[in-house]
Amino acid sequence: MILCLGTITLVCGALLAGIYILTASPIEQAKKARTQEAIAKVLPPFESLSEAAVDGEFEYSFAMDAQGDTVGVAIKTFSTGFGGRIRMMVGFKTDGTVCSTSILEHSETPGLGAKAEESAFAGQFAGFDPAQKKLLVKQDNGDVDAITAATITSRAYCVAVQNAVDEFRKLMPAAPAEIADTTDVEIVNMEGNINE
Amino acid sequence: MSKFSLVTKGFIKDNPTFVLVLGMCPTLATTTSAINGMSMGLATAFVLILSNMAISAVAGLIPDKVRIPSYIVIIATFVTLLQLLMQAFLPGIYQTLGLFIPLIVVNCIVLGRAEAFANKNSIFDSALDGLGIGLGFTVSLTIIGIVREVLGNGSIFGWKFIPGDGILIFVLAPGAFMVLAYLMVAFRKIFAKKL
Repeated sequence: MILCLGTITLVCGALLAGIYILTASPIEQAKKARTQEAIAKVLPPFESLSEAAVDGEFEYSFAMDAQGDTVGVAIKTFSTGFGGRIRMMVGFKTDGTVCSTSILEHSETPGLGAKAEESAFAGQFAGFDPAQKKLLVKQDNGDVDAITAATITSRAYCVAVQNAVDEFRKLMPAAPAEIADTTDVEIVNMEGNINE
Repeated sequence: MSKFSLVTKGFIKDNPTFVLVLGMCPTLATTTSAINGMSMGLATAFVLILSNMAISAVAGLIPDKVRIPSYIVIIATFVTLLQLLMQAFLPGIYQTLGLFIPLIVVNCIVLGRAEAFANKNSIFDSALDGLGIGLGFTVSLTIIGIVREVLGNGSIFGWKFIPGDGILIFVLAPGAFMVLAYLMVAFRKIFAKKL
């Protein structure tokens, strides 16, 4: 009895180990390809890409043009949505505007939160300038139209982008004027809220 | 039982979803759209055929007392195999189904066929049985998926023919129960004489 069960588990284990070794590199490649694809989707056209660097829970890579000048930064960011972690890639132009965003993985409700992947919602972030607009849904007095019946997902999306913006500012602190701008805008908006 | 009816019984007489009412967890969870339901059905069919054949091949060697754990180990092996292969070669489908693949291990249909059919029939018959039940499951899941997608999203297989949002509840969990219940009633009414 023990011999039988032992043999079965041994054979199955060996089989799985074999398959694991066979599939390990294609799986790795598929994952890499997905990240590369996402980076290409969120950045302006570029020539070469720096090796991904890790900062805490964020990953970022710089995109260079043919002359070797940085044209954009892709930051892998995350937040917690309705159904768990939402991981996404956010691309920035050097002036700090969001070039585009792309979801890498999520487990939001199909038909509701999952619509965050569609361009009707995600398209709002293309060309979004965090120095001029507020990364909050309209319900929270921001500038982002939330998905109908999926406010939690919409908020989470904004938080993820905001995390990326913070990370971008840490990486490229070259433009203090912009940061000053943001505070101004926020103050104005907050006053506006009080007035309302 | 003829070889042909071994395959066809999975569609009506032994339909796993509407007659045997097995494997409800993946049925309710994955049928949010037609394509999801179909992929889940096909993945289950793949595991079912292989596990049926393997179990039928080794059934004579396994002592009665440890047969259930042995079956589970064999089924789990095929599921993990499927998961690894999908991740490596079909990353797109794995994106949508990844969460549900491990659930095939505990799908009662797979263990049920091992226990009810594969361990006392030939390898070839067991493969046919797996194919029939697997396809029956696929068709059922696809139908539920189509109904939920049409009502909830106004589309079929991603092709949108009603603009706008649809009746959202059908894409959510309560909609799964409602659609399943009504389809089960309809199925039993239509095929009442054959059951």
